[in-house]
Amino acid sequence: MKSTENQIIDSLENTEAERSENKPADQKYTSPYAKRISKRTRIKEKIIKYFFALHGFTAVVFILLIFIFLFKEAWGAFNHIGLVDFLYQESSQTGNKIYEWYPTSENARYSLIPLILGTLITAIPATLISTIFGIAAGIYLSEIAEGKMREFLKPAIELFAGIPTVVLGFFMLVVGATFFQDLLNPANRLNAFLAALGLSLVIIPIIASLTEDALHSIPNEMRMAAYGLGATKWQTIRRVILPAAISGVSAGIILGFGRAIGETMIVLMASGNAANLFVELFRSVRTMTATIAAEMGEVSHHSDHYYALFFIGVVLFTITFILNLFAEIIINKMRKKIKF
Amino acid sequence: MVIKNPKINVSALSLYYDSKQALKNISIDIPSNRVTAFIGPSGCGKSTFLRTLNRMNDLIDGVRITGDVIIDGVNIYEKNLDVVNLRKRVGMVFQKSNLFPKSIYENIVFGSRINGIRDKKKLDEIVERTCNQAAIWEEVKDRLNENALSLSGGQQQRLCIARALAIEPDIILMDEPASALDPISTAKIEELIFDLKKNYTIVIVTHNMQQAARVSDFTAFFYIGELIEYDKTSKIFTKPSIKKTEDYITGRFG
Amino acid sequence: MEENPKIYSLNSRAPSGTLLKKSKFDLGGFLALSVVRILFFFLLFLLFFVLAKIIYGGLGVLSLDFLISAPTNNMTEGGIGPAIFGTLAVTIIMIVIAVPVGVFSAIYLNEYAKPGVVTRIIRASVNNLAGVPSIVFGLFGLGFFVLFVGKGIDELLQTGLYLGQPALLWASATLAVLVLPIVIVSTLEALNSVPESHRNASYGLGATQWQTIKNVVLPQAKPGILTGMILAISRGAGETAPILFLGCAFFLPNLPVTYIDLGLFYIPMVNPADQFMYLAYHIFILSTQSANPTLTQPIQYGTTFVLIALTLLLNLTAIIFRYRFRKTLGKI
Repeated sequence: MKSTENQIIDSLENTEAERSENKPADQKYTSPYAKRISKRTRIKEKIIKYFFALHGFTAVVFILLIFIFLFKEAWGAFNHIGLVDFLYQESSQTGNKIYEWYPTSENARYSLIPLILGTLITAIPATLISTIFGIAAGIYLSEIAEGKMREFLKPAIELFAGIPTVVLGFFMLVVGATFFQDLLNPANRLNAFLAALGLSLVIIPIIASLTEDALHSIPNEMRMAAYGLGATKWQTIRRVILPAAISGVSAGIILGFGRAIGETMIVLMASGNAANLFVELFRSVRTMTATIAAEMGEVSHHSDHYYALFFIGVVLFTITFILNLFAEIIINKMRKKIKF
Repeated sequence: MVIKNPKINVSALSLYYDSKQALKNISIDIPSNRVTAFIGPSGCGKSTFLRTLNRMNDLIDGVRITGDVIIDGVNIYEKNLDVVNLRKRVGMVFQKSNLFPKSIYENIVFGSRINGIRDKKKLDEIVERTCNQAAIWEEVKDRLNENALSLSGGQQQRLCIARALAIEPDIILMDEPASALDPISTAKIEELIFDLKKNYTIVIVTHNMQQAARVSDFTAFFYIGELIEYDKTSKIFTKPSIKKTEDYITGRFG
Repeated sequence: MEENPKIYSLNSRAPSGTLLKKSKFDLGGFLALSVVRILFFFLLFLLFFVLAKIIYGGLGVLSLDFLISAPTNNMTEGGIGPAIFGTLAVTIIMIVIAVPVGVFSAIYLNEYAKPGVVTRIIRASVNNLAGVPSIVFGLFGLGFFVLFVGKGIDELLQTGLYLGQPALLWASATLAVLVLPIVIVSTLEALNSVPESHRNASYGLGATQWQTIKNVVLPQAKPGILTGMILAISRGAGETAPILFLGCAFFLPNLPVTYIDLGLFYIPMVNPADQFMYLAYHIFILSTQSANPTLTQPIQYGTTFVLIALTLLLNLTAIIFRYRFRKTLGKI
């Protein structure tokens, strides 16, 4: 304290002398401030905290459990079938490599190649289509739509996302197949193209939503800066905002692709389910997901076929896990950039 | 100036945010039943220091404190002190009203309810008493069940004061209580503070020097985490002993 | 003699032609924005087309009888009552499991955990769980719930083959894990929306952390949590792949109900070990494996209509709810 005046002020004169009145003279004055945390309260608050912490880790626990139990059931695949057989089988007669998925034949073949190709030929076109529509929708919602319109249209896209996939599969099967059969005359009525269209309906909302979030989170100051320099609306979107939001948009595309790979019902109902090697857009194909869905009900417990199906599950899980991790890293990088 | 039997005695208090030192070796004695004002430019640490008096800084990660704060003979930073109880004895009013989105009645009795008081008559009595103390009873007595957020800014702030009074503290800390209010509401709050000091020890942080001059008995001037000068308000604002204080008071910097 | 200083006139015919030159029409931009608009509205059109076709196809079949009675005559007649019952039973049990776990999990993440490696791992796990393919959930349900937990319980209680097989309970449990991220994310959003100043006010009044959460944070977060619940129900009702081999059946003679004998009377209760019919599964089988697709088509449309009406209604409710909730926050 730095003061030159030597004045002494007695604080006690200010307070009413209540406290000294109420206490009997021989009782020691314990200040109400001296209260210590009772052990009981400490334990109680700790128990509550641990209770919540236990629940906090459920998501982590379940991811681990999925890993463990998928591997557990697929383990037989390594012993009974062998990793190479999942790629090809050597014909004993011709010595050629056979890439076929035909687990129910006498000479069971477990090549995953037709299935992987089937997945790709549905997922990649779907992602391409969805990227175009999804980004357009995201741009529209974030940059073009105004106030009331936006309030109304954003939920409309979310509603899209809420349609059960089995309904979309049904729609493609019953309406889409006939429509495109008349229009394009494909080799098979149910084909990869149909499945890809159905998948797009699921993925577009994902990409649209993430694009819209990413664009919207770009601070308005940037737009003002561009307009102030005389840019038009489209120039601002194309040159300033979209590039700034590129990580969010990429994350959306990656997640969308992951969803396309992992989607089951639509491909099960619309892709024709023929495990061919020479996949074509307008032929029936078989995806990994559809294979599991279609055949799991028929296999006998712990047969080779059973192991093979679980093995496909492991492959699927690993692919989507990696894609999700990738998208997560990108989104985190984006968040760090925006924090200023 | 020496203060005997202070309500709060702070010695050599330093506060660190991770490695940055925000408060430097502060020692001050705060008298009971008076209004003490903390003034100083933005970022000088006065609000941070205020929060050390009821250990609200504990809620922030990475804060480290050395030194002592002794209230009523008890060092509130000693191990295992019941902090929850401390905050019931040292009440706080914040800069912006943070009333809960509940009714006026429920806001005031919040503190009583978590202390286990359930008797409706007692709660009613608490509401009426504290609202009278906060000079807001006439304005709310017919609207007790309405949403507290429907009140005006000044009324909300007075309600926050009533809510703080309901837990019967002996010290009330106010962090710029009127900075978001218009002049008329500000005047009402200042009147209120003047009445309250009869029964409570009040410490108020303000960036408005004129308010400090109007309302307080003692003033402490802070600058970049240090206590520069502490004396009776009349002296600080007429004949400050330290040049820096004088520069601040006369507006040479802000 | 001074040169005449250059005079810049604010006149559009200024010689240097700079200041007020009319900007040329940005054709590229106009086209680009038009393309964006067209794509967007085509999308909306598609959405409405899908809905309209289903409503049109299904409306004819709809009746109270359809909703209540069981399928007859090899699925070409009758109703979908048992499927509706099965869907309700499974989703209700699913919610009972998923909501407490999800809400408590979010409370830990938002209120107790200190930001750091731990919270990053939890958030990453939640996001990852959200991205797991639905069929993988089915395999997980089989490998974990049926073959591990179920079998374990059977062995423990010596009941023979009771819970160690595809059953309603395991379908609900698997779906609960699937929708867990939805509940967690919605609850996190709700908790986050409670301003920090309210927590500070509560602590300043001498409340403990749990008292603050219980009396200040949770009451304000309730609408958001409710939204999450509704979205979870909608998602669970619409999923097919996870429960394909967890107890779904195309046709069952009885509802998955048992009666508890209390002496004087019986109380009906959902039997968790039973198989069940499911709306989404019904659509799938009807449209891909029914013996006579033409005859069953009206029922296909009808079932789809019911399912989509259910999920859409739930989603709409959640969206409106969330909208109004956000609006009240904005006002504060």
